[in-house]
Amino acid sequence: MHKMRSLFAVPYALWLLLFVFAPVVLILGYSFMDINGHFTLANYQAFFSSSNYLLLTLNSFWYALLITASTLLLGYPAAYFLTRLKHRDFWLLLVILPTWISLLLKAYAFIGIFGIHGGVNQFLNLFGIPAKQILFTNFSFVFVSAYIELPFMIMPIYNSLVEIDQSLVFASYDLGANKRQTFTKVIWPLSLSGVNSGIQAIFIPSLSLFMLTRLIGGNRVITLGTAIEEHFLITQNWGMGATIGVVLIIVMLLVMSLTRERKGDGSR
Amino acid sequence: MKKSKFGTIYLIVIFIVLYLPIFYLLTFSFNAGATMNHFTGFSLVHFQELFSDTRLLIILLQTFLLAFLSALIATAVGVCGTLWISYSKKKLTKNALLAANNVLLVSPDVIIGASFLILFTVAGNLLQGFGLGFVTVLLSHVAFSVPIVVLMVLPQLKKMNESLVFAAQDLGANNWQALTHVILPYLTPGIIAGYFMAFTYSLDDFAVTFFVTGGGFTTLSVEIYSRARQGVSLEVNALSTLVFIFALILVAGYYLISKDDASAKSVRKKRGVSR
Repeated sequence: MHKMRSLFAVPYALWLLLFVFAPVVLILGYSFMDINGHFTLANYQAFFSSSNYLLLTLNSFWYALLITASTLLLGYPAAYFLTRLKHRDFWLLLVILPTWISLLLKAYAFIGIFGIHGGVNQFLNLFGIPAKQILFTNFSFVFVSAYIELPFMIMPIYNSLVEIDQSLVFASYDLGANKRQTFTKVIWPLSLSGVNSGIQAIFIPSLSLFMLTRLIGGNRVITLGTAIEEHFLITQNWGMGATIGVVLIIVMLLVMSLTRERKGDGSR
Repeated sequence: MKKSKFGTIYLIVIFIVLYLPIFYLLTFSFNAGATMNHFTGFSLVHFQELFSDTRLLIILLQTFLLAFLSALIATAVGVCGTLWISYSKKKLTKNALLAANNVLLVSPDVIIGASFLILFTVAGNLLQGFGLGFVTVLLSHVAFSVPIVVLMVLPQLKKMNESLVFAAQDLGANNWQALTHVILPYLTPGIIAGYFMAFTYSLDDFAVTFFVTGGGFTTLSVEIYSRARQGVSLEVNALSTLVFIFALILVAGYYLISKDDASAKSVRKKRGVSR
C-alpha cells in the first residue's frame, strides 16, 4: 500500500497547492499591493493610522464578544438541563434542527418580526408602547446573530457534559461539597473543553458575518467581514480588503490559541 | 425537585425562542395577504407562486446538482487525501498534512471567498476563457468540502487492522485489488458520512458562493439573499416551509438510523456479556 501512496497523493496535493497554499499566498500578496498592482505598505499604513479602521476592528471585536458571551450565558444552562432529561438525544436533535435551515432564511424571518409593523412591535402595542425602530440597529444584529449561533454553543457543551462520569459528581457530594462547589470545582472544569470549542465556533464567524449586517444591521459596515466584502465586491479595492483579511486571520489565530484544548483532555 | 422544575421552565423558554421565529416565518407562508405583519386569511397562493416560478425552480435544481457534483468530487479527492495522510511514514509529514487539511475548516467564509476570488481572477488572466460562473462555484465547493471528507474518513481508516491488507496481499491480491476489495469497502461508512457532510456544506453555503459566482450562476442561498434585501416576499416564506419540511424529514431519518444503531450496539454489548 505504501507504494501506491504517490498515486493517492496527486489529487490531494493538487488541492492543497491550489486551494490552500495559493489562496494564503495570494491574500498576503494582495495586502501589499495598491490598486495598480505595485508593491506598497500603504494599505497597512492606512489601516493602522486610520481611526475608522481601528474603531471598526474594536467594534467588530466588541460585537463578537457580546454575541459569544450571550450565547454562552444562555447556552450553558440549556445544555446542562438538557443532559438531565429523559430522552435527551431527542431534545438535542430539536436544538440541532434549526441549524438545518439556512441562516439567510432565519435572518429573513427577523425582517418580518422586527419590522416597524412586525410581530414585536404589534406585541408592544398591546401594552400601549409605541412602535420602535428595532430592525437595522446594532441590537438587532447582536440578537439575531446570537439566535443563529445559540445551537452551536449548546452542542459542544452538551457533549462535554454528557461525558462527565457521574460518579465524580457523587464523589464530590460525598466528600461534603455543596451544589455550588461541585459545579465550580468539578462540573465546570470538566466541561471546559466544550465551552472552548463553543467559543471558537461562534467568536470567529461573528467577526465575519457580513450578510447579517447587510440584512439586519442596516447595511452599515460594522464588522471586519462586512468591510472585506465591501472592499472586494463593491469598492473593488482588493489590496485594502486583503489587508483587513490578514488582520482578521491574525485575530482568528489569537482566539484559537487562547481557546486551544490543552494536551491531555484532547481525547476527542 | 425544585431545581429540575426551574430547568424545565428554562428549557421551555429556550425552545420557544429557538422555534418562534421559524414558526413565524412558516405561518406567514399561508397568508392570503402579502406582508409578514398581518395574517389576513389562509391561502396557498404563495405556494402556487413558488411552483410557477420557473426561475426559482431552475435555481433549486442547479443548487442540488452543484451539491451532488461537488460532494462527489470532494469525496474522491478526500479519500485519496486520507489514504495519503495515513500511509505517510514520517510523523512530521503526517502532522503537517493534517494541519494543512484544517486550514479551510477554520477559516472564516469571507476569507475563503475573497482569496478564491483573487485566485480565480488570477487564473482567468492566465487562461483564456476561464471566468467566474458555475465552474468556479463548483471548484470552491469542492475545495471547502475536501477537508471535512478527510476528517470523516480518517477515523474509519485508523480503526482498520492493517493485517487485513497484508492478508489480502498474501492471498495474491495486487495493490489495486487490495484497495478496491478490502480498504474501500471497509471505509464505506466513513465515505458515506463524508459525502453527506460535503453535500450539506454545499447546500448551506452562501458567503463563498457569493464571492465567486460573478452573476452568471446563482444558487438558492444567493437568490434568497438578493430577494431578502429587496424586502419581504411571501414566496420566500413558502420556500422556507418546504425547506423546513425537508430538514424535518432528514433529521427524523437520521434520528431513526442513529437510534437503530444504538440499539444494535446495545444488542452487541448484551451478547458480549452473555458469552
